[in-house]
Amino acid sequence: MTTPTPGAGRIELTSLSKRYGSGPLVVDDVTIDIASGEFVTLLGPSGSGKTTTLNMIAGFTEVSSGRIRLGGRDIAPLPPHKRDFGMVFQNYALFPHMTVTQNIAFPLRERKVPKAEIARRVEQVLELVDLTGMGGRRPDELSGGQQQRVALARAVVFSPSVLLLDEPLSALDRKLRQSLQQEIKRLHEELKLTFVFVTHDQDEAMSLSDRIAVFNNGRVERIGTPADLYRNPGTRFVARFLGESNLFEGSLRPGGVYEWGGHKWAADGTPGEFDLVVRPERLRIAATPAEVPADANQVPATVAGLYFQGTHQRIELDYGEGPAGCAVLPPDAVGADLRPGSGVTAYWDPAHQVLVTRPNEENE
Amino acid sequence: MAADTAAPPKRTLSPSGRRRVGGLLLLLPALVALTLFFVLPLLSIIVDSVTDPEPGLGNYASLFTDGYTLRVLGRTLLVALVVTVAGVLLAYPYAYMMTLAGPSVRAVMVTVVLVPFWTSMLARNFAWMVLMQDGGVVQGVFGLVGLGDVTLLGTTTAVTISMTQVLLPFMVLPMFSVMQQIDRRLTLAGQSLGASRFSSFRKVYFPLSLPGVAAGASLVFVLALGFYVTPALLGSPQSSMIAQVISVRTRDLLDFGGGGAMGVFMLVVTLAVLAASRRLTGPGGAAGAAHAIVGGNER
Repeated sequence: MTTPTPGAGRIELTSLSKRYGSGPLVVDDVTIDIASGEFVTLLGPSGSGKTTTLNMIAGFTEVSSGRIRLGGRDIAPLPPHKRDFGMVFQNYALFPHMTVTQNIAFPLRERKVPKAEIARRVEQVLELVDLTGMGGRRPDELSGGQQQRVALARAVVFSPSVLLLDEPLSALDRKLRQSLQQEIKRLHEELKLTFVFVTHDQDEAMSLSDRIAVFNNGRVERIGTPADLYRNPGTRFVARFLGESNLFEGSLRPGGVYEWGGHKWAADGTPGEFDLVVRPERLRIAATPAEVPADANQVPATVAGLYFQGTHQRIELDYGEGPAGCAVLPPDAVGADLRPGSGVTAYWDPAHQVLVTRPNEENE
Repeated sequence: MAADTAAPPKRTLSPSGRRRVGGLLLLLPALVALTLFFVLPLLSIIVDSVTDPEPGLGNYASLFTDGYTLRVLGRTLLVALVVTVAGVLLAYPYAYMMTLAGPSVRAVMVTVVLVPFWTSMLARNFAWMVLMQDGGVVQGVFGLVGLGDVTLLGTTTAVTISMTQVLLPFMVLPMFSVMQQIDRRLTLAGQSLGASRFSSFRKVYFPLSLPGVAAGASLVFVLALGFYVTPALLGSPQSSMIAQVISVRTRDLLDFGGGGAMGVFMLVVTLAVLAASRRLTGPGGAAGAAHAIVGGNER
């Protein structure tokens, strides 16, 4: 593989929108600047516009308004085959009437690469995805994981500047998914291409991406590194979609007091209607309020479920009103006498809580 | 129950052996009917063709030597070929559009294809007679494009046009059934890999749709070979096809041997065509076509 020229893989989406006929906006004013060589995931539930955005980048879906640039060049008027993207599809989309070698050679033949060079590159890429010796097989003679690796090989063999991946792992079982995740990560590091990855699986997004763009109702709700989005989700939607949370729908009063259901907690920020979020690993459990440190925020809760999971213990909590939550603690962090139904006090360091904005009415 | 009271030898049958006996019993009525009404008559035709009027291969020899039969055979094969090729050209885009259409448009398109099935063969051919008579609609259209007063009725052209229309459903349905199975993302994948829309269609979609084409084409070709009503009504004795000649031989001339030889020869040609189509598409070519017509879309 040749290393792409610097900057060639930069993708700039500017105010990108898509509307079918006179219907609602499927993609609504999406602006993302993807650096060359970056691994960016478009994450969101189905119908959030992430796949439509990918299809607009690929050229399969026409852009209603906005701009797509690749390496500084406007590519919106170009048909898909002139855009220089490799693409991996959800169901592999291998050509069933061709062998593995013919599948991988397809993009090279279309580009009129000399025969000897095609043979060399196919061999090289087969080795890259660990399928040496499989070239003569037909797609239906391969396992799902092998098929997806052929699809990956086919999408990178012509050294595109960008690889687009449309939920490439969702058709595979859990174990295969994990090994292919590592494979994709390794490919990204070796090839140094820009990867644009679409998924609805937050774990996949978190473990693979340099940055994640969280889609909701056609808009990019937040974009940031996985750690950044997890620690500071910013909106209720992101807090709930990425990882788990204990979420309280109260409001921030003047004087640094957050009020929820009659409880008053210490909090910083401009007063207003915000949700307060505490991640499960930041929550602590005490048997009685007396054991809670003086500077912690606390709330009574009922244990709804206890799950021992080896490395940690998961305690599901019911706060009486509002959404249920949970705490994830070291296995021996709470007394053995805790049972479902026990009343406890949950508490946390105010430094570990974050305030997030609520969705607009129209988004609910 | 029945096994408890069965005679001792029956008990020695293994369960799978018993199942096989049961399966054969289910096949029996059809086998008897086929033997009585198809295999035996066919054998009798074959026997007639080598014994009547005298034992030997004389009937077959005259097929290829009397000049007339060979000409009719050639004409029949040519008409069947033209009908098949024209049918492929008409049906392919139609079937392709059916896979792209929404459910309601598709239902209309299927209905349009199936209407000929629901109309009597005679009614359709008489309709074509009216359309193609001198001064009729078709001639008018030909006149518009500068072909002038072409006489259609009584010619092989008229027969070919009508047969193409009549046989179109047998072409469209197997094609549609195969095309529907093709993942549309494959052509998108082709485009993402650097093939233009057309090139992607040609190199990915088209090869995958070929089994449907082969199934439809072999079905139509075989049916066209044996067409009787259309050439009888729209053609003329000077442009007769093999089925008409067989009919004349057996009904008017009572030459059962000669007619039988022709029939056997056509049967051989038909089997050869089916075998060729099977080689092209793998098993299930013509069988798939039959299924597409009888069973609908799921395969």
